[in-house]
Amino acid sequence: MSASPFEAALELVTHVPGVRGAMLVSAADGVVVAEALMDEMKGSAVAALAASLASRLRRAVEGAGRGAPRFMHLTASGGTLLAAPHGEDLLLVAVAERTVNAGLARIEMLRALEILG
Amino acid sequence: MRAVEPWVAAPMESFLAESQARLCLLMTTAGQVVAQHGFVRAVDVMGVAALGAGIVASTSELARTLKWEPFTTVVHQGPHQAHLLASFETPRGRWVGLVVFGPDTSLGLVQLFFEQLVKDLAEAAPEAPAPQPVLAADFERELNASLRTLFGS
Repeated sequence: MSASPFEAALELVTHVPGVRGAMLVSAADGVVVAEALMDEMKGSAVAALAASLASRLRRAVEGAGRGAPRFMHLTASGGTLLAAPHGEDLLLVAVAERTVNAGLARIEMLRALEILG
Repeated sequence: MRAVEPWVAAPMESFLAESQARLCLLMTTAGQVVAQHGFVRAVDVMGVAALGAGIVASTSELARTLKWEPFTTVVHQGPHQAHLLASFETPRGRWVGLVVFGPDTSLGLVQLFFEQLVKDLAEAAPEAPAPQPVLAADFERELNASLRTLFGS
């Protein structure tokens, strides 16, 4: 049986070395739509906070007259959060180690968004 | 924010600040109000508490009839605002929370911080006092005191 577009998109991202999980999040609600995460990670919390962050960042960037953001990359002491919006409704989020190859992860995330159409 | 039980105030204040909810009501499954934020009129609170407790009771019964696990959360989303209705265990028995929120927050955030509220309430709850005989005079006095606390009148 073939994987759904959501599963195929998440698989592309989680195959990047250093990525600990990926999820598709409803941008407006901050609720998980599909996820492929390591067991110890709380997907609902990551989804809610990432969607909130993306929404605020979007307002800030648009307020600065730079249009809507296409990719977000946050580095924290313990890891990296990557997010890419898919239209108005979905947000692709990846949680990765701090040492992840962010360029490769970005390419795979943008490819994943293409799968989603 | 007004709370009949003082130990509820800090967890609820924290929840309101984090979630940016517009209205919040904590009640027992019998519809007795424990704390409220955002409601102005007593009649609104009493009506909403009764309806909220009724919805939780009816959805629980629906789940029981279908031989499912009881629903713990019900969410209704409208174009401008939404509400989350959730039942949860506390050291003082089963309570119900009703949260009304708008587009300035999200369902995910409200759920996330509501889970934290449940944990904070469990930690903050003092030991329950020993049960006392219920006297009519005490009941009326306590009811009036609760209404004064909730609405300041």
